[in-house]
Amino acid sequence: MSLIRTLLARRETLLLCAMLALLIGVTARFPEFATPASLANVFHDTSILIILALGQMAVILTKSIDLSVAANLAFTGMTVAMLNHAFPDLSILVLMGLALTMGLALGAINGLMVWRLNMPPIVVTLGTLTIYRGLAFVESGGAWVNAHEMSPAFLELPRAVVAGLPVLSWLAILAIGLSVLLFDRTPIGRAFFATGGNAVAAVYTGIDVGRTRFYAFCLSGMLAGLSGYLWVSRYAVAYVDVAGGFELNVIAACVIGGVSIAGGIGSVAGTVLGALFLGLIMNALPVIGVSPFWQMAISGAVIIAAVTINARAERSVGRNILRRKEIVL
Amino acid sequence: MNAMSPTQSVHTAEAQPLLEMVGISKSFPGVKALSDVALSLRAGHVTALIGENGAGKSTLVKCLTGIYQPDSGEIRVDGKPVRFATADAAQAAGVTAIHQETVLFDELTVAENIFLGHAPRTRLGFVDWAAMHARAAAILHGIDAPISTRVRLKDLSIAQRHLVAIARALSVDARIVIMDEPTAALSYKEVEDLFRIVARLKAAGKAILFISHKFEEVWRIAEYYAVFRDGRQVGAGLLADVDQHDLVKMMVGRDVAHVFPKGEPKIGDTVFSVRKLSHPTEYDDISFDLRRGEILGLYGLVGAGRSEVCQALFGVSRPGSGEVLLDGQPLVTRSPSDAIGAGIVYVPEERGRHGAITAMPIVSNMSLPSLRQTSRRNFLRMAEEFALARTYAERLDLRAASLSQPVGTLSGGNQQKVVIGKWLATRPKVIILDEPTKGIDIGSKAAVHAFMSELAAEGLAVIMVSSEIPEVLGMSDRVLVMREGRMAGLFDRQGLTPEILVRAATGNSEGRQ
Amino acid sequence: MSEITSARHIPDRLDSPLSAALRSWELLLVLVAVAIFIANSLASPYFLDPWNLSDATFNFTEKAIIAVAMAFLVVSGEIDLSVAGIIALASTLMGAVAQTGAGTGTLVLVGLGVGLGCGAFNAVLVTRLRLPSIVVTIGSMSLFRGLAYVILGDQVYKGYPADFAWFGQGYVWWVFSFEFVAFLILALVGGIVLHRTIFGRQVFAIGNNALAATFSGVHVERVKFILFLMTGVASGIAAVMLTSRLGSTRPSIAQGWELEAVTMVVLGGININGGSGSILGVVIAAFVMGLITFGLGLLNVPGVIMSIFIGLMLIGVIAVPIVFRRLAALRRRG
Repeated sequence: MSLIRTLLARRETLLLCAMLALLIGVTARFPEFATPASLANVFHDTSILIILALGQMAVILTKSIDLSVAANLAFTGMTVAMLNHAFPDLSILVLMGLALTMGLALGAINGLMVWRLNMPPIVVTLGTLTIYRGLAFVESGGAWVNAHEMSPAFLELPRAVVAGLPVLSWLAILAIGLSVLLFDRTPIGRAFFATGGNAVAAVYTGIDVGRTRFYAFCLSGMLAGLSGYLWVSRYAVAYVDVAGGFELNVIAACVIGGVSIAGGIGSVAGTVLGALFLGLIMNALPVIGVSPFWQMAISGAVIIAAVTINARAERSVGRNILRRKEIVL
Repeated sequence: MNAMSPTQSVHTAEAQPLLEMVGISKSFPGVKALSDVALSLRAGHVTALIGENGAGKSTLVKCLTGIYQPDSGEIRVDGKPVRFATADAAQAAGVTAIHQETVLFDELTVAENIFLGHAPRTRLGFVDWAAMHARAAAILHGIDAPISTRVRLKDLSIAQRHLVAIARALSVDARIVIMDEPTAALSYKEVEDLFRIVARLKAAGKAILFISHKFEEVWRIAEYYAVFRDGRQVGAGLLADVDQHDLVKMMVGRDVAHVFPKGEPKIGDTVFSVRKLSHPTEYDDISFDLRRGEILGLYGLVGAGRSEVCQALFGVSRPGSGEVLLDGQPLVTRSPSDAIGAGIVYVPEERGRHGAITAMPIVSNMSLPSLRQTSRRNFLRMAEEFALARTYAERLDLRAASLSQPVGTLSGGNQQKVVIGKWLATRPKVIILDEPTKGIDIGSKAAVHAFMSELAAEGLAVIMVSSEIPEVLGMSDRVLVMREGRMAGLFDRQGLTPEILVRAATGNSEGRQ
Repeated sequence: MSEITSARHIPDRLDSPLSAALRSWELLLVLVAVAIFIANSLASPYFLDPWNLSDATFNFTEKAIIAVAMAFLVVSGEIDLSVAGIIALASTLMGAVAQTGAGTGTLVLVGLGVGLGCGAFNAVLVTRLRLPSIVVTIGSMSLFRGLAYVILGDQVYKGYPADFAWFGQGYVWWVFSFEFVAFLILALVGGIVLHRTIFGRQVFAIGNNALAATFSGVHVERVKFILFLMTGVASGIAAVMLTSRLGSTRPSIAQGWELEAVTMVVLGGININGGSGSILGVVIAAFVMGLITFGLGLLNVPGVIMSIFIGLMLIGVIAVPIVFRRLAALRRRG
């Protein structure tokens, strides 16, 4: 009985039910929406969002926020696209390694300012958001890198099908698996929770709060860098405004997934489901004939709705003085 | 007083101490928290650290656990100098602490609260949850704490949280255990349980630093003492060589006990009545009357629900049910501003969080609740604000360089004077003082007490929340005792003894001695 | 420690207001503004022309009006990132109403009304539901602009009444535009309210310690509610001016302005964590930023580069004092 109740109270269950309802609703009128191929496509479409949201989750868990992920993605994506254009023979693995490293470095810049200078994360990443995107303009001079300027290998990798799923989907699955290990089974993962949950207590436990935040920004940056390559390759074009405003979708995925903006609360499963929920809505819109111009308004509304629901769930309960006789077993 | 005789091991007292601190100093902007302090802890013995609030005990604990780094001096373990750069380093050296405020994680499970930072690992280096739960359960079982390791901390009561904190301290293989006022929030039975744990630790050869200002506890479990006053060590040695009177003298720095300036009260009519005030989770069925010129003491253990009741009276929170009458008229306070308007003010316990706006100047703090009086049609008049601030600064004998000085740069006692002054400036009928002398020096304490009597003499009705028995007995006309959110007794000043108060507050019907 | 052992009489203040002014952030900003002014006039012979200078003010007055209102919010410890979204929605709705042939008065009312409504929307979420303003306004930023896209898609609204142009293009007297004069008046009123009234004092108290302010009888939620309304209305005013100046509306109007408004506020010396700062500082910061953008414009620097510059300035303004304080502390110790 109580198992059912705890399951019902969990965000993951709630999201699954909502997604199921949405799926049934859409499928009732458009049966082709629920075919395995179509659902695999939704997952494929959402892969980059999932990868970014997992990095953002680390940052939000430590009571920070990273608004610069989409700009980091654009800057890194533009860089690897231009490199690929200039040196078409450069191995894709080298380019991916470069994207990871560059993203990590950009994330580390955010993290260093938050850690070493104790600056508010929102200001730091609001600033680097414009700077990183500006730098993408500087290096490209505002020019596009189009599909015909990219090497076939560069374009092929994410969409190559392995064991029934494209590599991009597999990468997202890999990211989810590694995240479960990181967040649930490693000391640094637990330190993310501790830092945001109670920074004072974290210090007493021997956790370096600033350094933990720094690691979170590094992770977020690194995944943004990887997503930079994945994005330009998937959409076969790189330009300055690539993924403009996508940081909002990333934050929305986290918030919908139950990650508390006040830090310390969240789960990998929730975040992934949050991203998939958004992905499902965005994919359902064209199917049911809603103009794509609705997308922005919907992500805004969903962020607000999700943060409202989270706040209800987190409302503090006081000291429970009258309950002290009770024994919890 | 002394139930247990000092153990035979006192004979080995001259053995080398397990931990020594020599010449430790620590300053903060504006305050010298510790100056040239020494302390030794011996294996298998309990050393009691005694001192008033603000004597430097907590700072010392933080230096010992790596939270603060001392400015100068040396810490030695087994005679070898060590440096604790982080809490980790202190823990690795075998120092563990149960802190005064239980600093734990509400959203994490009991098991993880116990093992965070030193969780058991699998061979691959990942956190081993199964082992963690098993070991956490074993530790909890060892201290007779029937708490599931899988519940989140936020679902536990205060006492249970405290047990988790103790379990955490025991989860590391520590040789030195620090207990910072561990009994403050515990009931009689829980204190007995704690003492059993201490005895076990002692037998296991741990060196224990026990911080408390309850002398009976000190004599029951400690062999050594160290007394701190104003950031200095003013005495240390074997407890067997001193008596309580000696310790008090060292603690307050003079011979006579504090004399409370309690005048002959002129108690008038009832101004303020509380009827069956209840809240779903925090307190239940609280009723009392308060008369003009009366000081009503509100006593209880930390976390007994006293502050919760006071904050409900002040409109910060809402009670679930019950009634409040002011001058016989029903009063509903939905916000502090309602309460202030009706003439009820509250001097909160947490000065820095609720009382003062420390970054703002004295004058703006003092005038904040009275801005309607000092302004003309919503426009500020600084001259009026300075005049108001000066009136109360002088009445309370405030020590400050200027009225434009930020409150945060004042000493604790002077900050408290600003907070009290700010409330008096609103000319209240009822004033609620929540732990008004907590953490302030003895001089300011006396000033606050004298002022309280003066206010009562002027016909103000005073509610004084306090955890210090001498203060409660010395200042109150009547005392309301709370235990676990409920009324445990309402006593008249006459014939009231510390024993009666303790018995009511801890729920020990047989008495303690 | 500045405590005196036996002070019966406590002075009001120790240093004179003049010496405090000489050490202020505002004075530093004025010096920076003067330096940029001189640099600009040396760099371009056209700069010193009164009409050119008047043109320069159009670059920043709309943003500066938002910044003045935002300053209140930031002092109180909150933030509103949806201001540019409000402009987009207000401008779009004004455009939609203008298509029906409505007059200038109606358009202005629509602009201000949308601003007020959007402000109230944020205010309810932050103060009634107690949600963090950063997330709420990140959400409402895309909600408001998203609605503009829903209404307008990739279309453009044009065809505003001829006399509507006055708000963005008209002059009150000689070279003084309506925008500029309105900004100065609003800044003056804002300065008086923040620094000379009970309301302003309460805003500071909330920003320093909202709990203590509540315990002192300040209606924290009510004050914050009003502040969000103010920022909403300021965005509405900016929307009227910008729409009138451009004479057209696209959903992408005023993209990124929230960043520039926040930068003005921070550059103006308002503590991003709340509790301190002055309107005067924000006003001077607006001039500094306006002069820089205008100067870079004279040098034909593209807009994206300017935005890098603004991002660097936002970070630098907060980081540089911290770095200097660290260095000073190191030198004292070493």
